[in-house]
Amino acid sequence: MPENSPQASRGVYRFAVFTSCCTVLLLMAGGLVTNNLAGDSVPDWPLAYGRLIPPLVGGIRFEYSHRVIAGVVSILTLVLAIWIARVERRPVARRLGWLALGLVIAQAVLGGIRVLEGDPAVSATAHAALAQIFFITLAGLSLYLSPWWQSDLPTASDSGSPRAASIAAWTTVVIFLQVVLGAAFRHGAIGIIPHLIGAGIVTALVVWTGRAVKRRFPGARDLRRGVVWLHSFFGLQVLLGFAAWWAMTSALAAVQPTALFVTLTVAHVLGGALLLASSTLLTLACFRVVRGASRAEGSLAEPAQRAAAGSAERAGG
Amino acid sequence: MRIHSLGFMAAAVLAFGISGCGRKSAEKNVPPPAPTAVVNPATAGTISGNVVLDGPVPSFHPIDMSAEPACVQANPTPVIPPIVVTGEHGALANVVVYVKAGLGEYRYDVPQTPALLDQKGCMYDPRVVAVVEGQPLEIRNSDATVHNIHPMPRINHAWNRSEEPGSPPFRVTFDHPETAIPIMCNVHPWMRAYLFVFDNPYFAVTAKTGTFELKGLPPGTYTIEAWQEHFGIQDQTVTLGPKESKSISFVYRSDRSHWNYRPRSSGGHGVE
Repeated sequence: MPENSPQASRGVYRFAVFTSCCTVLLLMAGGLVTNNLAGDSVPDWPLAYGRLIPPLVGGIRFEYSHRVIAGVVSILTLVLAIWIARVERRPVARRLGWLALGLVIAQAVLGGIRVLEGDPAVSATAHAALAQIFFITLAGLSLYLSPWWQSDLPTASDSGSPRAASIAAWTTVVIFLQVVLGAAFRHGAIGIIPHLIGAGIVTALVVWTGRAVKRRFPGARDLRRGVVWLHSFFGLQVLLGFAAWWAMTSALAAVQPTALFVTLTVAHVLGGALLLASSTLLTLACFRVVRGASRAEGSLAEPAQRAAAGSAERAGG
Repeated sequence: MRIHSLGFMAAAVLAFGISGCGRKSAEKNVPPPAPTAVVNPATAGTISGNVVLDGPVPSFHPIDMSAEPACVQANPTPVIPPIVVTGEHGALANVVVYVKAGLGEYRYDVPQTPALLDQKGCMYDPRVVAVVEGQPLEIRNSDATVHNIHPMPRINHAWNRSEEPGSPPFRVTFDHPETAIPIMCNVHPWMRAYLFVFDNPYFAVTAKTGTFELKGLPPGTYTIEAWQEHFGIQDQTVTLGPKESKSISFVYRSDRSHWNYRPRSSGGHGVE
């Protein structure tokens, strides 16, 4: 029976955060592949030019680095899933660990399909979308494994309608769709208009989320901090969006991707991922603080009641 | 790890098997009957002419090949992308002139001599190549580095293939008429060529003289189109009587550029 010793919990939490950070590197590597037009520089998969290590020249360097980092992240995710299964007693944590592993395997297969397919606008967009799902799964798992999540949190009640957690959840969903639209535009599946409309909707929802959280939970320091992160990444992402658009239009006549174009567009991709992650974490934090109020009260009372609350959580999955 | 790799491969093969089946069933559509009439050489005529550029030749930044030492070594001096190539008196090269409309249904022999596309000095040579559908296109790698050849057709079957230095050339055919198929090398993203596939032999790619000749055309009224990668397309209507020869000129103005290509599948970077 897995047991949550504080030391093991802290270790697996740190490992989850490390894996999440490596996934950011993986996202960056993927952006470098796309924006250096190197997505098809290695026509075969899973081998590269029929061998394990291809000639590392030109665009192959980007594509092969992406594959190597993806391999490392896959191994890290496998280790994380096994580690969680061994030390975590909460079923949700174990399920999330295996889900992350399943996602990274599916992502590898989708990456292979992207390489082998002739017209990859759809498969490349799907690959980019699944990458974001995998990343927010890891980010959410990290939060769930964190000492913060498992600590006794102060009570917070939400009398507003719709609930702040619901608003945050919808914001996360819309940001995800917006990220997918951006990927679809990047891979030539659609034009820029849907992505611009999406930006407007995201703006409204991000503002609404921030207002709802700040007004309804003025004393909830962690939630307010989450809003600060959300707004910071949102502002950065808007600026990067304009910069990426400018870089793209000014590079229209270039015969090859310029360093400025690659830098700004990859930064925009990363900004989208971080915005999505911050919104995901804020959403989960809202659910944790509001939903966990009764349990937090109980846990403050007696250790025996804490154990009972833990049992109830296990039973609830 | 090995088991995982095998799992990936099996899933990919399965996925592709499914998608391949769908493609094959689509290809089973019955094609229209092939025409049987042939052009009567006794009445055939010729449309010839030239293509010129009016105005200064636009300038382009030299290609940065620093990411690939073999390419730098093959090009001691900076390479200007051959997007607009001119000869004497503004004669414009790499323009494809072809019959866009007006041809009746005729049967033509498919040339068995392959058209050539070489990769030399990390550039495609020629920049623009045209074939008849079914005619082999032979692709060579004369460089000391690896290339991938990646045509991005809208109608024909897309493919992507690597060619290592010293490997023998390979031949491919394209089964459907299609204009301006971009061919790129994703290892060296500045490499670009354009392929045209026609269902008739009435086309020409201009050399530095800017001249073209469409021989053996049956009498009729034709729309003759010229395509240039930077300046776009121009049309002219020509009526050709029996055994008649006509001369036409296409004049591109250098202040009217037309970037007509955006990669559909390799990212939003709108090169060329």
